Amino acid sequence: MMRPIATTRSATGIPTGKLAVWWLIASEIVIFGGVLGGYIMHRLGHPDWAHQAVHTNTWAGAFNTFVLLTSSLAAVLAHQAAEHGDGKKAAKMLYLTVLGGMVFLVVKSLEWSHEIHSGFTITSNTFWSFYYTAAGIHGVHVIVGMIIMLFIASDAAKGKELQRVENVGLYWHFVDIVWIFLFPLLYIAK
Amino acid sequence: MAELSPSVAAPAAVAPAHHGPSYVKIWGILLGLLVVSVVGPMLEIRAVTLVTAFGVALVKAYIVAKYFMHIDVEKRYVPYLLVTMVVLMGLMVAAVSPDVLKHDGHRWENRAAKRAVVKGENAAKAAAHAGAAHH
Repeated sequence: MMRPIATTRSATGIPTGKLAVWWLIASEIVIFGGVLGGYIMHRLGHPDWAHQAVHTNTWAGAFNTFVLLTSSLAAVLAHQAAEHGDGKKAAKMLYLTVLGGMVFLVVKSLEWSHEIHSGFTITSNTFWSFYYTAAGIHGVHVIVGMIIMLFIASDAAKGKELQRVENVGLYWHFVDIVWIFLFPLLYIAK
Repeated sequence: MAELSPSVAAPAAVAPAHHGPSYVKIWGILLGLLVVSVVGPMLEIRAVTLVTAFGVALVKAYIVAKYFMHIDVEKRYVPYLLVTMVVLMGLMVAAVSPDVLKHDGHRWENRAAKRAVVKGENAAKAAAHAGAAHH
């Protein structure tokens, strides 16, 4: 049976599909790095932002960090199950990862609703512009990861294309790492 | 034309199993570090905050990359590629930071930035006064 080049060609020593994910992550480093680098520079140049940062909810941020770390555990357990050829377990773990993403987004939306109702909108101060932009771009990545994961879980449950479980896991762990840095920058540095 | 590796003919293989500490144990360590990063800054000591919030974030990111992404068993050029991106980003930040961090210098002044700082400080004072009056 013919198989797609993305899963079989390995001119670099890495299957092309996985290599593509590493390239994607490399480009994402620059995207998030630019936003976070810009935020850090402005935060250091604007001591008045500390008065705005006190209004972010540290406990909500900490809970979401817990949720994402746990969803990353589910993603790596899905990879482990795929390695053992257990597509059903891999799918189950991927669905748990998606559940983690959903909990993360629900907490985020509650948090944003409260902040917007308190008058802290994306235009009220440059701190809040960075806050909503950085967390918003990250949130979009969570949503995209969840959608892709649902497709891959559906195939994995039938024992198909199990190598994709690792690929989507790499992306999800990267999204987790971005949040690991966003958390102290937006929620802890008061 | 580039020669294809032997794996072209073989069915797609999932990466081999990685031996090391259990994933649940790694997750437990990450949660422990999360607690440290929340509790440390509560002491309100600048050095402790820097280490527990930002230093611990670096450690957490390293653990996720090493044990969950298995970057240490990946081909060498993958970490090189990622580190190159981080370095390029650092160069960009280093090149731009003098303009952003400093609000004046020899024969120049960033009045808009200075105004923004004063406006922010005044708004915070006004909010504090309003809060005190309310109580």
